[in-house]
Amino acid sequence: MVVKVYGPDYACPKRVILCLIEKEIDYETVDVDLLKGEHLSPQAMILKLCAESRAIIRYYAEKYRSQGSELLGKTIEERGLIEQWLDVEAHNFQPPLYDLVYQLLINPKTGVASDPKRIQEDEEKLAKTLDVYEKRLSVSKYLASDTFSLADLSHIPFSNYLVTTLKKGYLIRDRKNVSRWWDDISSRPSWKKVLELHPPVF
Amino acid sequence: MTIKVHGSVFSTATLRVRVCLNEKSLDYEFIHVDLRSGHHKQDSFLSLNPFGQIPAFQDGDLNLFESRAITRYIAHSYAGKGAPLVSSDAKKAAVEGVWAEVEAQRYEPPAAKLTWELGIKPILGMATDDDVVKAQETELEKVLDVYEPRLAHSKYLGGDAFSLADLHHLPTLKYLMASPVKAVFEARPHVAAWVAEIMARPSWQKVLAEC
Repeated sequence: MVVKVYGPDYACPKRVILCLIEKEIDYETVDVDLLKGEHLSPQAMILKLCAESRAIIRYYAEKYRSQGSELLGKTIEERGLIEQWLDVEAHNFQPPLYDLVYQLLINPKTGVASDPKRIQEDEEKLAKTLDVYEKRLSVSKYLASDTFSLADLSHIPFSNYLVTTLKKGYLIRDRKNVSRWWDDISSRPSWKKVLELHPPVF
Repeated sequence: MTIKVHGSVFSTATLRVRVCLNEKSLDYEFIHVDLRSGHHKQDSFLSLNPFGQIPAFQDGDLNLFESRAITRYIAHSYAGKGAPLVSSDAKKAAVEGVWAEVEAQRYEPPAAKLTWELGIKPILGMATDDDVVKAQETELEKVLDVYEPRLAHSKYLGGDAFSLADLHHLPTLKYLMASPVKAVFEARPHVAAWVAEIMARPSWQKVLAEC
């Protein structure tokens, strides 16, 4: 039975697709239109598509350990660091960035007014997190270690918004090591393939 | 001692790591971090957790932060010791992983805010914000409305065995079940039974005795 991924237009499903491509796992996609989502609001739809994407990628990275790129490190200690930076992404990176996507890209499509105060707070939180990343990446090639892992992968789909439609690429470019890291991870063939097959819709 | 936990007695995230170590019957050194004097923002602590939050964890040379990453590490690294906290079957582990995400992403936000208002603020002599309590209680009930049917046909959240998905709830339950919010748990029979079961575990009782 082939893996089915719902809503490939959007960032969280792209997180899963990226992992599947890195692990050389076949998949099918089922289109979902966020703005015409069944009886649910766009907000509820996004949550539905995002639900537990990190649990899904952990499962595939573990189950298909023996094929494709190794995303979980070579030792238990390395795995511990990968889990740590995955949690940092979930708690400190995605929440403000997700709110920025909501405020600046989705609200206009649904005629909802954006909140400039919140946008400023989101940017400040994200900047603080990126300051920590800048320091970490000055001593480590990737977040957890010197090898690309699930922790770096998890950042790619949402970060893409920063350098495209959110027009906040300076958050990355103003930080030398974050910039170096972003150029590296976003040039992986797997991400280029995701952009080619499933171009973002906003 | 090879394992060290830096944190505070009241901190839910610190409790999460401590109960996990107890499940594995692991000894550790508990190093108190004085939050009121701002110890957690000083360079000596920032080298352990650059976000300046507790807990920070050391096992020999390995230094970790983020309580749920720490518990995952403990569960895998000490898989052969004490209670199994993660299934050795990939599919079962994945289901446990889903519910661990649910705890972290959906349960924790309202639970943490209620813990702050009803559990921690009184200890610090600060006033509870009743509007926040009311709003967050409503959010918590939405999550528990999903837990109830799940626990009607599954002994534990993640499946038929106790796992990290259940354990991660214990620290906030400590405060919530001692507050008026306990009513929302008690109103749902399967949730109530599950709460009683996991809070009765010896590893949790041991942490409470040490507080």
